[in-house]
Amino acid sequence: MTFRIDKLGLGIGLLAAYGLGSPWATLRANRIVQGEAVGLFAALPLWAAWLVFCVTLAAGAIAILSVRPSTRLAAASVALATVCAGVGSAGGFLLPPDNSYARVSPASGFWILLFAFALLAADAITRMKPRPITRLSYTALAVAAILTFLFLGVWSELSIIKEYSVRADAFWAEAMRHMTLALGSLLAATIAGIPLGVFCERKVGARAIVLNTLNLIQTIPSIALFGMLIGPLAWIAVNVPGAAAAGIRGIGVAPAFVALLLYSILPIVANTVAGLEGVPGATRDAAKGLGMTSTQRLWRVEFPLALPVILTAIRIVLVQNIGLATIAALIGGGGFGTFVFQGLGQMATDLVLLGALPTVALAFVSAVVLDALIETTAAETGGKGAT
Amino acid sequence: MIEIDGVSKSYDGRAVVDNVTMVVQPRSIAVIVGTSGSGKTTLLRMINRLVERDSGSIRLDAEDNRSIPGYLLRRRIGYAIQEHGLFPHRTVSENIATVPRLLGWAPSRINAKVRELLVLFQLDPDIFGSRYPHELSGGEKQRVGVARALAAEPNVLLMDEPFGALDPVIRAKAQDDLRTIQRHLRTTIILVTHDMEEAFRLADKIAVMDAGRLLQYGTPDDLVRRPATPFVEALIGARERPFRLLAINTLGEAVEVGEADGPPLPADTSQKDAVAEMVWSRRGAVPVVSSDGSPLGRVTLEALLRRAGGPS
Amino acid sequence: MRRWLPLSFRLLLLGALVVFLFWPYSFEPLLKPLVQQNAPAVYNQGSLLALTVQHLVTVLAATAAATVVAIALAVLVTRPFGAEFLPLSRSLVNIGQTFPPVAVLALAVPVFGFGEKPTLIALFLYGLLPIFENTLTGLTNLPRPVMEAARGMGMTGFQRLLRIELPLALPVILAGIRLSAVISLATATIGSTVAAKTLGEVIIAGLQSNNLAFVVQGGLIVGALAVLIYDMLSALEARISATMQAAHG
Repeated sequence: MTFRIDKLGLGIGLLAAYGLGSPWATLRANRIVQGEAVGLFAALPLWAAWLVFCVTLAAGAIAILSVRPSTRLAAASVALATVCAGVGSAGGFLLPPDNSYARVSPASGFWILLFAFALLAADAITRMKPRPITRLSYTALAVAAILTFLFLGVWSELSIIKEYSVRADAFWAEAMRHMTLALGSLLAATIAGIPLGVFCERKVGARAIVLNTLNLIQTIPSIALFGMLIGPLAWIAVNVPGAAAAGIRGIGVAPAFVALLLYSILPIVANTVAGLEGVPGATRDAAKGLGMTSTQRLWRVEFPLALPVILTAIRIVLVQNIGLATIAALIGGGGFGTFVFQGLGQMATDLVLLGALPTVALAFVSAVVLDALIETTAAETGGKGAT
Repeated sequence: MIEIDGVSKSYDGRAVVDNVTMVVQPRSIAVIVGTSGSGKTTLLRMINRLVERDSGSIRLDAEDNRSIPGYLLRRRIGYAIQEHGLFPHRTVSENIATVPRLLGWAPSRINAKVRELLVLFQLDPDIFGSRYPHELSGGEKQRVGVARALAAEPNVLLMDEPFGALDPVIRAKAQDDLRTIQRHLRTTIILVTHDMEEAFRLADKIAVMDAGRLLQYGTPDDLVRRPATPFVEALIGARERPFRLLAINTLGEAVEVGEADGPPLPADTSQKDAVAEMVWSRRGAVPVVSSDGSPLGRVTLEALLRRAGGPS
Repeated sequence: MRRWLPLSFRLLLLGALVVFLFWPYSFEPLLKPLVQQNAPAVYNQGSLLALTVQHLVTVLAATAAATVVAIALAVLVTRPFGAEFLPLSRSLVNIGQTFPPVAVLALAVPVFGFGEKPTLIALFLYGLLPIFENTLTGLTNLPRPVMEAARGMGMTGFQRLLRIELPLALPVILAGIRLSAVISLATATIGSTVAAKTLGEVIIAGLQSNNLAFVVQGGLIVGALAVLIYDMLSALEARISATMQAAHG
């Protein structure tokens, strides 16, 4: 048996070693002042510190020496769980018993270890070339693990969870708002965009005009587009009977929704056109030769074949919308952006994280789920999912 | 002279080239024939070390091809491939100048060489020199590809299915041109193909490979008259044998004293073409003349057919 | 479909932009209807030209740095030495692109503080992805016979990279740079929420004082810049790939 040193593993091992030497947690007198950095062995009970230390070293060694992806994935998972549990117990250990103002946050050492082992896991999973369903189950397991940690209160002494617990109701309301904005505008864009795409594919003259217009809209920066819609919608609310009753206002959800819709239409129209154009000429001819009408051809032949490409657009739009919906907070549209911008305003890092982490997680999970869906449909139609 | 001595190569324990030994004489054309997966391309690529051999030795003019670094070796050996592999972002002239530039030739010498080669390959330098590959026809691209391989005046030219992408009419012309150019430049050529017809048109010697092994290496005449294995016999095609023999021999070898009617044929006409001419013009014999037109005698249909027969 | 706009439209847009930046008040009559009485119609809390220049400098710096680093990384993982990193780097690009630009910016603030720095870092990190992805695509989809010929003629690995691989991948790399620049141009406006000096200031000032004219002029300047830059890079790309249409055919 030959020992081959894995270059990536070596990088991860060095990164993990650096992470172990970096501050593990930050202790602050209250939520916004500068804090003091605390090393691993000072931040945890001795046994817990040793546990984190040994598990990290062992996982680092496996990363360097083992080439089997399944072993590497297992090592990464164990290390991630240990590191995550370890940072939680720093909260309980460092906080003075009856001081409700003091805060403990994870520091660079934790984030570096998290990053290193997430890399290891990502690399292992990539090398295993899992099928879509397997990838989904890995994601589901990760989500389940995070929910379990939250439910068990492992992190409840950390600053970010304290930020959450004082505004739990607002958090869920903004979460709902965020999802409504992202998914609602996606739905509306799909309903409007697919027929428009079919139209553009058939009328070549209209195609250039529609796509160029939509392209121009994409160049307007999101903050500005959100802002520009305030005026027209305020006018509609005042002048169109029933509009105000339907919830249309100059500021708030309505302009955010319309802005997201405008951004979403281009990818859907463009990919519908591309997907339909990608249907092989021989297939169209065969369908014609079999005596299908043009409607039958569209529904039974062209549309199913174009589906993976259209789904790709939906994935792009969903991920993009989840991110852009954060901007809605700037015009009173709510969503996770509320916490991000409040946090930036108050220089409260943990509040920023409370808004940013769920956004990133939502975008990531949506991408994984839709990627799996695209791959499955593409395999069924024998086509490719990418444009 | 190229000496290939006991060369083997295997991938994942499977021998792709298995103990092959052959010698290619200077200024000759050796054609390696085989089905796909026979190892012929791998053998070729071991000569310029695009593939490194596992064992055995390869010597070019008595010098081991591992005595200098691979990239320096490859600058001394011409290499032409089926899809020509012209650099799409460079003009025809720049493409041809590639190896001379790598070797650091003076610009004036490079220009002169490029023009000379374009003329040799019947491409007007003033028209084609500044064109990009996508502006050329398939046949023109192929010629530029070979011209590029010959630019640094290599003693040895390796060709991997160089005519594979051409349609039949252009291919026949390209093969004739290659033969002419080879006689002019006196380059040693090793050419790989799966097309037996091509092998017989071009080769001084043919090597037949199957499953990594060299089954037979000999003159075309040898292969037809004395195939080493049933595989070689099948590859040549039992029904094709007489025609292959006629194709590789010229009228000059069958001239006899006497007279015949009708227009004469030059002595370097292939016997196959002469038979075709005689059958079509309903003549039992034709007069033969040398290349300068002086009469040499005649050839009879009967004599040619006798020469194309197997052992009695 | 021609992706770059006709020359006349290009020049008109550029002209309008230049006039607006140097003599913003000449556009006052157009912007006046967007504001209530007495409110200023043209941004008056600083020079639009200076903000535009600063915006462009920020984007240019981030994109230039991202270009250099992304191409270097893509070259590294496509060499035999870095092959072990290739699968992971592909996944990382996919994962990275699911990170919303706002989140990247927001997460950069705790680490780098307020101001230009987190904006530059966020733009740089986010800008890496499209360029890296495209360079990777360009370098791994080179026509096989061309690479075979380059090796067969005795080019060293470095000569092949500089003379063949990068030039052939150039149109795809440029497309990545274009994408990256346009994304950065828009994302830089958000940088103003963390106190970076960009055109986002104009928009945010408009949102805060309920001045639609500010929002519109800020948005349209960025939009015009994006169109012009997109357009310019597309034209450059088209010119380069025109000389080698059949590169991949």
